Amino acid sequence: MKRVLCLLMVLTVGLLVSGCRKGPSGETLKDFKKGTYPPAYGGTLVVGSIGEPRVLIPMLSGDSASQDVAGLIFNGLVKYDTDLRVVGDLAKSWDISPDGLVITFHLRKGVKWTDGAEFTADDVMFGYKTIISKNTPTAYSEDFKQVKKAEVVDKYTFRVTYAKPFAPALTSWGNLVVLPKHLLEGGDITKSPLGRNPVGMGPYRLRKWISGQELILDSNRDYFEGRPYIDHYVYRIIPDPATMFLELQAGGLDMMGLTPLQYVKQTNTAYFRRNFRKFRYPSFVYTYLGFNLKYPLFKDRRVRQAIAYAIDKQEIVDVVLFGLGSVATGPYVPHTWPYNPNVKRYPYNPEKAKRLLAGAGWRDTDGDGILDKDGRPFEFTILTNMGNTSRTNTATIIQWRLAKVGIKVHIRAIEWSTFINEYIDKRRFQAVILGWQIGPDPDQYDIWYSGKTKEKEFNFVSYSNPEVDALLEEGRRTFNIKERKKAYFKIQEILAGDLPYIFLYVPDATPIVSARFRGMRATPIGITYNLPKWYVPKPFQRPGMVP
Amino acid sequence: MLAYLVKRLLEMIPTLLGITLISFFIIHLAPGKPTDIYTAMNPKITPEARERLDKLYNLDKPITVQYWLWLKKVVKLDFGRSFSSDRRPVMEKIWDTHQPLLERRLFITFMINLLSMIIIFAVAIPIGITSAVRQNSLYDKVTTTTVFFGFAIPSFWLALLLMILFGVYLHWLPISGLKSMDYDSLSLLGKIWDRTDHLILPLFVSAFTGLAGASRYMRSSMLEVIRQDYITVARAKGLPEKTVIYRHAARNALLPIITLFGLSIPGLIGGSVIFENIFGIPGMGQLFYMSVMMRDYPTVMGILTIGALLTLVGNLMADIGYMMIDPRIRAR
Repeated sequence: MKRVLCLLMVLTVGLLVSGCRKGPSGETLKDFKKGTYPPAYGGTLVVGSIGEPRVLIPMLSGDSASQDVAGLIFNGLVKYDTDLRVVGDLAKSWDISPDGLVITFHLRKGVKWTDGAEFTADDVMFGYKTIISKNTPTAYSEDFKQVKKAEVVDKYTFRVTYAKPFAPALTSWGNLVVLPKHLLEGGDITKSPLGRNPVGMGPYRLRKWISGQELILDSNRDYFEGRPYIDHYVYRIIPDPATMFLELQAGGLDMMGLTPLQYVKQTNTAYFRRNFRKFRYPSFVYTYLGFNLKYPLFKDRRVRQAIAYAIDKQEIVDVVLFGLGSVATGPYVPHTWPYNPNVKRYPYNPEKAKRLLAGAGWRDTDGDGILDKDGRPFEFTILTNMGNTSRTNTATIIQWRLAKVGIKVHIRAIEWSTFINEYIDKRRFQAVILGWQIGPDPDQYDIWYSGKTKEKEFNFVSYSNPEVDALLEEGRRTFNIKERKKAYFKIQEILAGDLPYIFLYVPDATPIVSARFRGMRATPIGITYNLPKWYVPKPFQRPGMVP
Repeated sequence: MLAYLVKRLLEMIPTLLGITLISFFIIHLAPGKPTDIYTAMNPKITPEARERLDKLYNLDKPITVQYWLWLKKVVKLDFGRSFSSDRRPVMEKIWDTHQPLLERRLFITFMINLLSMIIIFAVAIPIGITSAVRQNSLYDKVTTTTVFFGFAIPSFWLALLLMILFGVYLHWLPISGLKSMDYDSLSLLGKIWDRTDHLILPLFVSAFTGLAGASRYMRSSMLEVIRQDYITVARAKGLPEKTVIYRHAARNALLPIITLFGLSIPGLIGGSVIFENIFGIPGMGQLFYMSVMMRDYPTVMGILTIGALLTLVGNLMADIGYMMIDPRIRAR
C-alpha cells in the first residue's frame, strides 16, 4: 500500500513540478491586431501539417505535404498570379510562335542555386530530360511528352517545340522541371541525397529535416525577388487534427487549416478573435454525384435532371460544410476565368422532379412509396470512400431527399484503394460521390473526352458527347484566352444540361494564421502565394521561438 | 540445456520463413498497389506511365518471383528500398543512422514502450500483491475499479482531455511531439528536462490504460499461492507476515508475470497508431500504418519480419526465464 502511494506521489509531484513551464499567457493580453507596423526581418512561422513530405524533388512527389515544402525551395519558369493568369517566374518573359508550336523562354540572369552555382537553361534542359526519362518514377511526364524538340539556345534562352499547339503546355513549365544539373547529373535521381536535402533557388532553403517531427527552413537571403522577411519556416508534422488544434491554442503553431466545425464554432471565442486571423476562399476542389451512364437507370437524361431537382445543394453546403462553401454548377471554381456562372441551374423542386420522373415512366403503382417501372423499383447504391465524413454526410442527405420523391438509395463506404481498384476501375458502381481536385489550367480532356473510358482512365462515368469532344480539343489547341474561355463556357453549358455528374459543392479553404503576422491576403490561389512578403512586426517576434 | 537452445533456435528458421511467406502473400491480396498513390484519380497519368511505374517496382512480375527477389535480399539483411516516393532504404526508415539515436523511429518506440512497461510492472505488481492480501477489502475494490477504469477508457480520449487540461488551460505540459522548438538552444539539463516533459503525458496515458492486465494477473496468481500449504506452514512457524507475503508468497506468484513479460517483448517495437498519432510521436506504429495504407510492401514486410523475429525471441526468452527460475521446469 505504502509503495503504491509512493508511486502515485512521484507521479503527482512530477506533474506539479512541470508547472514551472512558461506558456504564452503573457502574450494573450497584447492585442496583435491593433496598430500598423513597418515590415521587419526576423521571426519564425510554424505551420502544422497532418502529413509528412516524402521527397523534396517536385517531380518525384505526389503528396501535398511535399509540394507545400518543395514549393518554397524551388521556383518554376512560370507561375500563376492571383487572377490565375500565367506570369514569369524564373523566366523573365517568353514568346509563342504565331502557330502556337514554339515557346521560347527568356530566363532571368544572375539567379543562383543556394550552393552558389548559377541557374541556366541547362538546368531546365536537364530537368526536362529527367522527367521524360524511363527511369524516373514521376506522375507528371505526360505534358512533357507532347514536346517534339527542346533546345538550349544560349545560357539564358530555352526553346521547346510541340507537334500540335497545346495550351496547358505553358503552365507545365512550373517548378517540376527545374533541377540543379551540376548536382544531379549522372546519378539515379531516386537515390539522390537531394530528395531529403534539396538545393533550390526559392525563397527558403532546408536546414534540417527530423523524420516524423519537423522540417526547418531558413530564408534564402539571396532570393532573386529579395530576402523574405520571415527568417525561419517550420513545418511541424502533427498527424492528429484534434492535437493540432490544441497545439494552435497552446501557441505551438502559427498556422493551420481549419475544419468547418473549427472555423465556425471552436474558433469563435474571444481568445481566437484576438490572437488569430481566419481566411476563407474557394478551394480548387469540387464534390460531385457521378452516375454510371452505362447503367440502364441513368441512361435517361430526364432521370438525372429529376435527381438534380430533388437535391437541395444549398442545404448540403449549410449542413455538411457549415455554410463554408458554395454550390457547384460545373467543373470549375467560382471567381476563376474559366467559370461560367450562367449555366442551367437546378433549384430544389421536388414537384418538378416527380413530374420529370413520371414523364420518364416512373410511377408508384404499388403504393409502397417507391417509384417503379415495368415492375422494377427505382433503387440504387451510392458508393463513396471510407473516412471522408463530408462525403458520407452528403450521401445521407441525398438519400433522405431522394426518398421524398420515391427513390430508394443505399450508401456504401469503401476503403480507398479497394474503391478505386475494384469498383471505379471495373465500373462496378451505379453512382458515386467523389471529388476532383482541379488544376489552375481549365483543360479537362481526360475527364470528359469520350475516348477516355478504358479501365483506369478517368471518364469512368462513360460520358460521351461529340460536341464536348470537339470543344475540349479546341480548348487545348489555342493559347488565346478569349477563345479558350468561349470553349470552356460552352462545355459547362452542355454539361449542365447533360448532367453526367450532379455538381454538388466547392468547399472553402479555411486557414487560420496567428495575428502576429502581417501581409496576408485571401486570393483565388490562396494566402501563401506571397509568403516571402509576410512579416512579423519587431515587437511581436518571439525570441524564444527561433529554432 | 545447450542442445535445447540450439534446437529451439533451429526451429525458429522455418517458422520465420513461414511467417514471411504468409505475410507476403496476404499483403499482396489487398486491392491496390504502391503506385496507386501517383495514379489513382490522377488525370495526368497515362496507361504507359502506369506500366512504366509498375515495371520500376517489379510489380509486373508474378508474385512468387517478387517473393523470391525479396527473400534473396533479406537473407543478406537487406530489406530493400521503400516503394513510397522517397525511395529510402527500409532499414533507414526504421533505424536512420544519419540521425541521433534519440530521433530514430525504432528507438523512440522502444524507449517509450520500455519505460511504460517498467512503470506498468512497477505499479501493477505491488497493486496485485496488496489487493490479493486484502482480498475483498475496500482497498481491493478501489484498485480493481481504478485499473479497470484505465483499461476501459479509450486512450485517445483520455489523452485529449489531459492535453486540454495540462496543455491548453494550465500550460504545464507540452501537448505533442518529443521536444520543444528551442531544444537546440537549451543546456544539457534543460534538454533532459525538455524530453522528460514531453514524455509525461504519453507515459501516463499508456501506463494507466495498460495497468489492468499485469495487476490482475499478479492478484490472481498471488491469491492462488496464498492458499498453498507452505504459506500456512510459514505462518505456523511464526514468521512475520511481511516475510510470509514478500519472501514466500510473492516470489512464487511472480512466475506467470514472466510469461507476460515474454509476450510483451514484441510489443516493445510495435507502437500503437492511435497513441502515436495523437501525441505526434514518430514511432513504428505510424510508419507501419502509413506503409500499409500506401501498400509500401518492402516497409510493411521489413517491420513484420522484425516483429516476427522478436516474437519468437521473446517466447524463447520467456521459456529460458522459466527454466532459470523454476526448478520444477528445469528438472523436466
